[in-house]
Amino acid sequence: MIKDLTAVMGASGDEYDIREEIRKHINNDTYVVTTDSIGSLYAVRKATKSEKKIMVTAHMDELGFMVTSVTDSGMLKIKALGGFDDRVLPSKSVRVGKNKIPGVVGLKPVHLQEGDEKKQNAKMKQLLVDIGCFNKEEAEKLVSPGDYVYYESEFVDMGNGIIKSKALDNRTGCGVLIEVLKEEFDFTLQGCFTVQEEVGLRGAGIAAYNLKPDIALVLEGTTCSDVPGEEEHKVVTRLGQGPAVSIIDRYSYSNRRLVDLILETAKDNNIKVQIREGVGGGNDSGKIQTSLEGIPTAMIAIPCRYIHSPSSVMSMDDFDNTVRLVKAVLRRLENEKELNLSGGKL
Amino acid sequence: MIELIRKLTDVNGVSGNEEAAAALIADEMKPYVDEIRTDTLGNLICVKKGKGKRIMLAAHMDEIGIIVTHIDDKGFLRFTGLGGINHFYSLYQKVAFTNGTIGVIGHEEEPGELKDLMLDKMYIDIGAGSREEAVKKVKVGDAAAFIGSFAVNGDMVVSKALDDRSGCAVLIETARQVGDCENEIYFVFTTQEELGLRGAKPAAYAVEPEMAIVVDVSGAGDTPKAKTLPVKCGDGPAIKVMDKSAVSHPEVKQLLVETAKKIGIPYQFKVAAAGGTDAGVISVSRGGVPTAMLAIPCRYIHSPAEMVNINDMANAAKLLAEAVKNA
Amino acid sequence: MKDILKQLTGFSGPPGHEKMLTGFISDLFSKYCDEVKIDKLYNVIGIKRANRGSGTRRKVMVAAHIDEISMMVSDVDERGFIRFAPLGGIDPRILLAQETIIHGRKQVYGVVGTKPPHLISDEEKKKPMEIDKLYIDTGMSRDQLASLVEVGDTITFKHHWTELQNGLVSSKSLDNRGGAAAVIGLLQEADRHGHDIDIVCVATVQEEVGLRGAVTSAYGIQPDTAVVIDACHGDMPGLDSDEVFKLGKGPAIAVGPNIHPQLGAYLKQIAVEQGIPYQVDVEAGNTGTDAWAIQVSRSGIPTVLVSFPLRYMHTTVETVSLEDLDYISKLLAYYINNLGGKLEELAL
Repeated sequence: MIKDLTAVMGASGDEYDIREEIRKHINNDTYVVTTDSIGSLYAVRKATKSEKKIMVTAHMDELGFMVTSVTDSGMLKIKALGGFDDRVLPSKSVRVGKNKIPGVVGLKPVHLQEGDEKKQNAKMKQLLVDIGCFNKEEAEKLVSPGDYVYYESEFVDMGNGIIKSKALDNRTGCGVLIEVLKEEFDFTLQGCFTVQEEVGLRGAGIAAYNLKPDIALVLEGTTCSDVPGEEEHKVVTRLGQGPAVSIIDRYSYSNRRLVDLILETAKDNNIKVQIREGVGGGNDSGKIQTSLEGIPTAMIAIPCRYIHSPSSVMSMDDFDNTVRLVKAVLRRLENEKELNLSGGKL
Repeated sequence: MIELIRKLTDVNGVSGNEEAAAALIADEMKPYVDEIRTDTLGNLICVKKGKGKRIMLAAHMDEIGIIVTHIDDKGFLRFTGLGGINHFYSLYQKVAFTNGTIGVIGHEEEPGELKDLMLDKMYIDIGAGSREEAVKKVKVGDAAAFIGSFAVNGDMVVSKALDDRSGCAVLIETARQVGDCENEIYFVFTTQEELGLRGAKPAAYAVEPEMAIVVDVSGAGDTPKAKTLPVKCGDGPAIKVMDKSAVSHPEVKQLLVETAKKIGIPYQFKVAAAGGTDAGVISVSRGGVPTAMLAIPCRYIHSPAEMVNINDMANAAKLLAEAVKNA
Repeated sequence: MKDILKQLTGFSGPPGHEKMLTGFISDLFSKYCDEVKIDKLYNVIGIKRANRGSGTRRKVMVAAHIDEISMMVSDVDERGFIRFAPLGGIDPRILLAQETIIHGRKQVYGVVGTKPPHLISDEEKKKPMEIDKLYIDTGMSRDQLASLVEVGDTITFKHHWTELQNGLVSSKSLDNRGGAAAVIGLLQEADRHGHDIDIVCVATVQEEVGLRGAVTSAYGIQPDTAVVIDACHGDMPGLDSDEVFKLGKGPAIAVGPNIHPQLGAYLKQIAVEQGIPYQVDVEAGNTGTDAWAIQVSRSGIPTVLVSFPLRYMHTTVETVSLEDLDYISKLLAYYINNLGGKLEELAL
C-alpha cells in the first residue's frame, strides 16, 4: 500500500489523484466519506456508544513544484511548494503537468565549470527543467505556467524491511491512518486526510472547524537524522526505534497528559517507542491545537531519513509499530473514563 | 503589591507548563470573581459577572525557559528555548526544574567571540556523572525556568519573570479594586504567549469579548544610550499604540487616556517597531475585537533580572479598574 | 476611474486608523449598494443584492484593502525633531527628503531630513539606511509641538498625483486604493450587466500589517466565495520576467494552492470569452494578500485573486495603468454575472 500511496503525484493544491487513491482504501459502508471546500478528505464513522469525537489526521500533500514560466529556449522555470533544499534538485528526473510530461533538471557538466563555480550550490532560480523542446512555442503546446512538477522516484524495497521512496512525508502517515480506520471503536472516529500542509498547514484549521473533535492525533513523517556527520543531540529520531512521540515542535506543544498516556500505552502493549528529540519542524497539530476553544492534540511521527527529498528512507517495522501504537492509544481512549483534557470549573 | 509580585515571580511557570502559576493566581482571584475555570490549553479564565459590556483583560502567565531535548552519555542535557531566550543572557545562568534540580548552562569550547556563541553548542550541567544518574532527576521533555531572585530597591523591583507576572499582578489588583461594575469582566491569564500567542487564541474565541485590554511589559528607554524610546520606568503605565502584532484600537486607546486624565493617573505612550503581545490574536478573534495594549515599562526584558517600577503597576491597576467601568 | 482613484489616493489610511477614509468609502458604496455598514475594526461592508434571481441567496465577497503603508511617531526629541517607526513594510531608502503629514490634533506638515551631500563621507553613503536614525522636521520646537503631536500619532506621505504617458498614473497608496477603485468600477458594471448573486464588497483594513481586516470580515460575512483584488509587481529593469507583470496588458489572474482551481479556471474562461487580456500569476503558496486569510476562514472559502501590475510598490511613486483597473472591473462584472449558477454547478 505504501508503494501505491507514494507513487501518486499530489502536492499542495493538486491533491486530486491522491484523494482518489486514498478513497479506494476506505470502506464506504462503515464510513461517511466527504470532501471539504479546500479538498481535504474526511472519513467519519459515527459513535455507537460514547459521545467522544476523536480526530486522527494525516496530510496527503507531498512536496512539489509549479512551473512559473517558459523561457524562450523552451525550458521551464519552477518554484517550490513548501520547504525545499535547492541542493537536492540538480540531476533529477521529473514529471510535468496533468499529462506527466517527462523532464530533467540539468546542471552544467563538471568539465565546463570554471574555478569557484563547483563550490557553489545551485539555486532553484538557476535550475531549469528540460523537457526536450527547442523553443517556447513548442514547449507551450505541452505545458503551461501553473502546471505542477514532481520528482520521479520509484519505490524500492532495500531489504531488511527498509524502503526508499519519495513522499514518505506524509504518505506514510496516510498509510497508518488507512490501517487505523480498519479498526472499530465505540466513539466517533474522524479520519481526516488534510491538504496543503506543506505550504502552511492550510487544511488543518478548516478540518478542525468542521469536525470539532474532543481530541486530535496527528500522524506525520518526521526527520530522522541518525546519519554520519550529525551530532548526537541533533539526530531527532532513529530509524528502527519505533514511532516517535512528539513533545514540542515549532508551532505546537503536545498536550502533556496525552503524551504521557501515549507513552504508557506503548509500555503496556510492548510497543517500541521513542521520543522525538527536537523542536524544529511544523505540522498540522500547530493549527489544530489552538483552533476553536482549543483541542487537546498530540503528534505521533514515523522516522524518515532524507525527508523532503526524492530518496527518503523508512523502516516498515516503524510503520507497523506506529499502526499498533495508534490503534492501542485509541483503544485506551475508548475505555478511559476519567480523562479530562479540557479543563473545567475550579 | 510587592508581596503579590514576589509570590508570583517565585513560582515556576514556563511556557506550556504554567500549572503552578495558574494555581497560585486562581487562589488570589477567588475572593473577587464569580467563576473560575481552565481550558484545554491551561488558560485561567476568571469571570466577574455583569449585565453590560463583555470586557476581556488579559495577561500571560508563562515565562520563558528551557526544555530538555536530549541527555548524553555523560549526563549533560541538551536543550532549546521555550520562548525567545537570548543566548547571551543564558550563558552561565542557573536553571531550576520543578523537582528542585538545579542546572548551569555551559558552552562547548569557551566562546572567544560573541559570534561563536550558539544555542545548539550549549548544554545544561546538573552535576550528574552519567546518563543513568541524570535520568534519575530529569527526562527529555522536562522544562526549567531561569533562576533570578527577587529584590526590591525602593520603588524598583528586580526578578525573573516580571514578563509577564507583573501583568498578572496588575490584573489581580484590578479585580480587587474594581468593586461594583455594570460590565462583565473576564480576567484571562493566558498560556504559551512566549511560544507564539497560543493560549490567547482559543481563550478569546471562547470568551467572545466586545472589547479587550492586554497587559504586558514593554522595553523602557531610560538606560544609558538606550535606543530612543521615550518610555521611562516610573512615568506611569505605557499605552502601547502599536507593535508588530497589533495596532491598539483608537477608541480603546482613547478610553484609557480619558480615564487616566479623569482620575489623575500618570501615563505615557509606547510605539514599538518589534515585539508582540496577546493583542495580536485577540484583536482578530472571530469578527474582530477592539483591543488596546497597556504596558508596564521594563528594563532587561527576557533576562533573569528584569526590572520594573512598582508604582507603574499600581497605577496600571487603578487605571484599569476605572476604565472597565467607563467602557 | 481616474477621478475616483485620485480622490481615493488622496486620503490617509494608516493601518488601524482607516477611520479617516471610511466615510468617503461608505458614500461611494452607498451609491450602488442596498446596505452599507462599518464594523468594529473599520472594515467598510456594502451589500448589493442580486438583481437576477437564481433564488439561492448566495454571497460573493469582493475585497480590496484600503490601508496604506505609513509611519508612527515614536518620539519627539528636545529640539522638536520627530522619530518614527514603520507601520507596514517601508524601505528606508525612499524616505530621504519625503514630505509627510503627521495626524496629530491637527495635520502637521514635516519633511524627512537628509544630510547635505557636502557633509556625508563616502563611508556613510555606503551604509544601509536605518529607519530609527531618520527624523522628521516640522520646523517647530518641542514646546510648539506639545499641543499638536504626541507619541502614537500616525504619519502618512503627502499626496502627489502624477499623470504619465499611456494612461499610466503615479501616486502613493495605489496599493491598494487601485483595488478599491476597481471595486467601485465593478459595482457600476454589475449594475449594467446584472448579477445572480449578492455582492458583498469589503474595504478591508490592516492588510499591510497582517491581513487582519480580512480575517475578521470574512468571519462575520461568511460568504460562499470570495474575490480579492490587490496589486502585484509591475515590470521594471533588473527583475526576472517571471517575477513581474506588464502594465497595460491586463490583470494577473493567480493560480496555485491559495486559489480555488475550478473558479480560477472559470475566471480565465470568462476573460477569454470577453476578450479581456490577462496574465498568469503562479503563486506557489502564500499570495501575501487578503486571499491567504479569507481562504481558511471557518469552513474555508473558495477564493480567487486578481491583481493589477504596479511598479515601485510601497513607495510614493507607485505606478499603474488605468486600463488594467478598468479591465478588472469589467472582468469581474462578467465573472459575477452568473457566479451563483456556477457555484451551484460546482456544488459549492
